[in-house]
Amino acid sequence: MKVYVDYASSTPVDPKVVKAMQPFFSTVYGNASSMSSFGVDAKKALEESRATIARFMNAETNELIFTGSATEANNLALKGHAFEQGRTNCHIAISTIEHSCTLNSAKWLEKQGFRITYLPVDKHGLLDMNILEDMLEDNVTLVSVIHGSNEIGTIQPLEEIAKICCKHNALLHTDAVQSFGRLPIDVKHIGIDLMTINAHKLYGPKGVGALYITKNCKIQPLIHGGGHEFGLRSGTENIPGVVGFAKAVELREEEMEHEAECLTFLRDKLMRGVLEIEESYLTGHPTKRLPNNASFRFSYIEGEAVVLDLDIEGIAASSGSACSSKTGEPSHVLMALGLKPDEARGSLRLSLGKYNTLEEIEYIIQTLPKVVKRLRALSPIEPKPKIRPQTGKIKSA
Amino acid sequence: MRKIYMDHTAGAPVDRRVVSAMHPFLEATYGNPSSAHSFAQEAKEGLKDARSSVASLIRAEESEEIFFTSCATESNNWAIRGFAARNHDKGRHIITTTIEHMSVINVCKHLTKQGFKISYLPVDKHGIVDLKALETELTDETILVSIMYANGEIGTIEPIKEASEIVHARNACLHVDATAAIGQFPIDVRKAGADLMTLSSNEIGGPKGVGALYSKKGTRLQPLIFGGGQERGMRSGTENVPGIVGMGKAASLTNLEIGDRITKLKRMRDRLIKGLLSNIPYSFLNGHPSQRLPNNVAVRFSFIEGESMLLNLDMAGVAASSGSACTAKTLEPSHVLRAIGLKHEEAHGSLLFTLGTQNAEEDVDYVVDLLPDIVKRLRALSPLTPKELTGSV
Repeated sequence: MKVYVDYASSTPVDPKVVKAMQPFFSTVYGNASSMSSFGVDAKKALEESRATIARFMNAETNELIFTGSATEANNLALKGHAFEQGRTNCHIAISTIEHSCTLNSAKWLEKQGFRITYLPVDKHGLLDMNILEDMLEDNVTLVSVIHGSNEIGTIQPLEEIAKICCKHNALLHTDAVQSFGRLPIDVKHIGIDLMTINAHKLYGPKGVGALYITKNCKIQPLIHGGGHEFGLRSGTENIPGVVGFAKAVELREEEMEHEAECLTFLRDKLMRGVLEIEESYLTGHPTKRLPNNASFRFSYIEGEAVVLDLDIEGIAASSGSACSSKTGEPSHVLMALGLKPDEARGSLRLSLGKYNTLEEIEYIIQTLPKVVKRLRALSPIEPKPKIRPQTGKIKSA
Repeated sequence: MRKIYMDHTAGAPVDRRVVSAMHPFLEATYGNPSSAHSFAQEAKEGLKDARSSVASLIRAEESEEIFFTSCATESNNWAIRGFAARNHDKGRHIITTTIEHMSVINVCKHLTKQGFKISYLPVDKHGIVDLKALETELTDETILVSIMYANGEIGTIEPIKEASEIVHARNACLHVDATAAIGQFPIDVRKAGADLMTLSSNEIGGPKGVGALYSKKGTRLQPLIFGGGQERGMRSGTENVPGIVGMGKAASLTNLEIGDRITKLKRMRDRLIKGLLSNIPYSFLNGHPSQRLPNNVAVRFSFIEGESMLLNLDMAGVAASSGSACTAKTLEPSHVLRAIGLKHEEAHGSLLFTLGTQNAEEDVDYVVDLLPDIVKRLRALSPLTPKELTGSV
C-alpha cells in the first residue's frame, strides 16, 4: 500500500487543474505584455486568474501580485516593507514559529541593521496576546505571523492579532500558505494587510505563489525589471502556473467545506489511534489546528528514522517542515514550544489531503506502533524508569 | 484567418515533447524534493537530470554550477544584487551597457541607491558594445561587468569572449545575460569566460515560470531569496519540479537539434530581411548585419509608427512586436534603439519579427506579401511622408 500523508509539503496537482493549464503551454503562449492578439489572450487569462483568487479572499483584483513561490512572497513582504520604511523607522516583529523563509528573511534584515523582535508562543504554539500588546508599544511597523503552522498545525487568532496591530498602527502580514484553501479567509473582515499564499499546497502547480497587499500599503520590489505585477514583481508572467493556481482556487470554493469535515474526521481518528502508542504526544494545539495536520512526538527515537521506516512501509510522511529537513537541527518551531532538543527530534508530521481514505488512516494506525517499537528497541536512550502513558507532560530521561 | 506567430522572443510555445515530460511531475511525482520519503526521491531525480541537461547545454564543468530560479528576470536580479552584496568589500563599481534588458538596468539603478557606482558602456550603430570603453572604465574598484550575450530587440550578438578577457585581466567578474541567446547558437560558458550566466527556459521551448543562473564554482554570491535552503542554500523556495523538468527536457532537445534549428531559422530570417528591405523603400535593418541571432528580424520604416504597423499586422493574423515586450507598456521609444543612435522618429518606426521553428517559409512569404501594402497605406496617411512616395499610392 502506498499512502501519501505529506500534503503540507506539497500536493498532487488536481487533474482538472492540469487540464486548465494545458492550453497555455502550447496554444496560448503569448507574452502577456505583448500587444498582439496572442499577448491579449495571455493577458486576459492572467487577469481573470488574479480576479478569481482575489475574490476568494475578498480582496480587490489589483491587491494581488503573483510571485515564483510563497518563499519569494514572504521575502518580498518583509524586505519590501523594510526597504520602504528604511532602517530608522522599520521595526518588524515575527513569531518564533514562522516558516524558515520568514525567519531567515528577518535574520538577514537584522544583519543589515534593521530592528527585529521575536514574539514568543505558548506550549501549544499560540501567540500570547498580552506580550504582543506590550511589544507593539515599541513602534513596531510590521507584525508577521504564520496563520496555520506548517509543522504543528496550530491556528493563530488572526482577528484578535489584527485588532491589536491596528490599535498600534502596525501592519499585519500573515503566511497563510497552509490555511488558505483549507479554511475560509476574508482579508478585509480580519484586517490583514499582507498575506502570502501559494498553489502547490492546494492541488495547484509548484512554481507559483502570490502576495496580497492591501491598497495604500507600500512596499519595495525585490525583483526589478520590466515592471510587471504593478511594478512590484518583474519577470514574464508564468501564465500556465497562474491559470493553474486560479483553477485550484476555484475548486477549493467547491470542495473546501466538505473536505475540511472529512479531513477533521480522519485527522481525529488518526490522532486517537497514534496517541495509543506509549509516550507519544500531540504537538500543537489540541483543537485550534488545521483540519489536515496531525503532528506528534515520540520519546527515545528520532523522527527522521520514523520517516524512513514508514517510507519502507509505503507511507510518505515528514518529521517537520520539508524545508528544514536538510539541516539535522531540531526544529526551531518545536524548540519555541519549550521542548528540549531530544524531544523535538522525535517529531513526526502526518498531513492529510483530499485523496486520503479511511483505509489508509487505519493502515497508518496499524503500522506506526510497530515502527516505533522497532526503533525504540534499537534506541540507545533507555526509558528509565518506565513510565506509563498519561495525560500531561512527561519528561524523557 | 491564417495565424502567424513571429514574436518568439516575447513568448514561445512549449515543445509538445517538453509538455509530455512535465506531465508526470504534475499529477504523479508530486513530492516535495526536500522531503525524506520516496515520493521526494523521484522528484529529486527529476531535478538532478534537468540540472545536468542544462549544464551540458552550455558546457558547464559541473551540474552544481546551475541554479534554478523562477525566470530570467530573477536570475539577472540575483546575479547582480547577489554579487554586489557579497563583494562590495572589494569595490562598489559595476559596469554594464546601454542596451541591457530592463531587469539588468533597473537592478543597477536600484544599486546606485545603495551606494554603488554604475557605468554604462556605449554601443556602435549596430549595437556592438565598445570594448575600448570597457578597458577605460575598468578600475580597481570594479567588481562586476554585466553584458548581454545577444540583444533580443535588435539581434546583435556581443563579443563576449573578448570582453571576458578584458574583464578578467582586471580581476573583475563577468555576468552574461544569455536570455535571448540561449538555443540560438552553441554556447560554451567556459570558452566564453562568463562567471555568471542568466538562462531562460521559454526561449528554448521550455515552460514559462522557470529560469536558471549559472554560477561558476568559486563565484562569491549572496542569495536573493532566503528560506528553507533549497538549491544548495542559494535559492530558497520549493522547487518548481515540473517546470524545471520541462526546462531540462527543452535543454536536451536543444542540444540535439540546435544545428538544424539554426539552419532553418537563418534561412527564414534572411528571406524575410531580404524580402522586406527590397520590397519597401526607406526600410532599414536594425542591429548587426551578420553578428545576429538566427531568429531575429528587426527592421524600421521611415515616416510611420511601429505600433500602427503592428495593429495592421495583427488584424491580418500576424503577431510581431515593436521591441521588447517588457517595454511595450511605455510609449517611449526603446532605450536600445536610442542607444544605437536612432532618432526618436526612426526608433518609432521599428518592427521586430522573432521566428521560431514552428514558422515555415510560407509564413515568411505571407509577411513579405502583406507588409509592403500596410506600409504604403500608412505612409499615405502620414504627414511625414515625402510627396514622391505618397504620389505613387
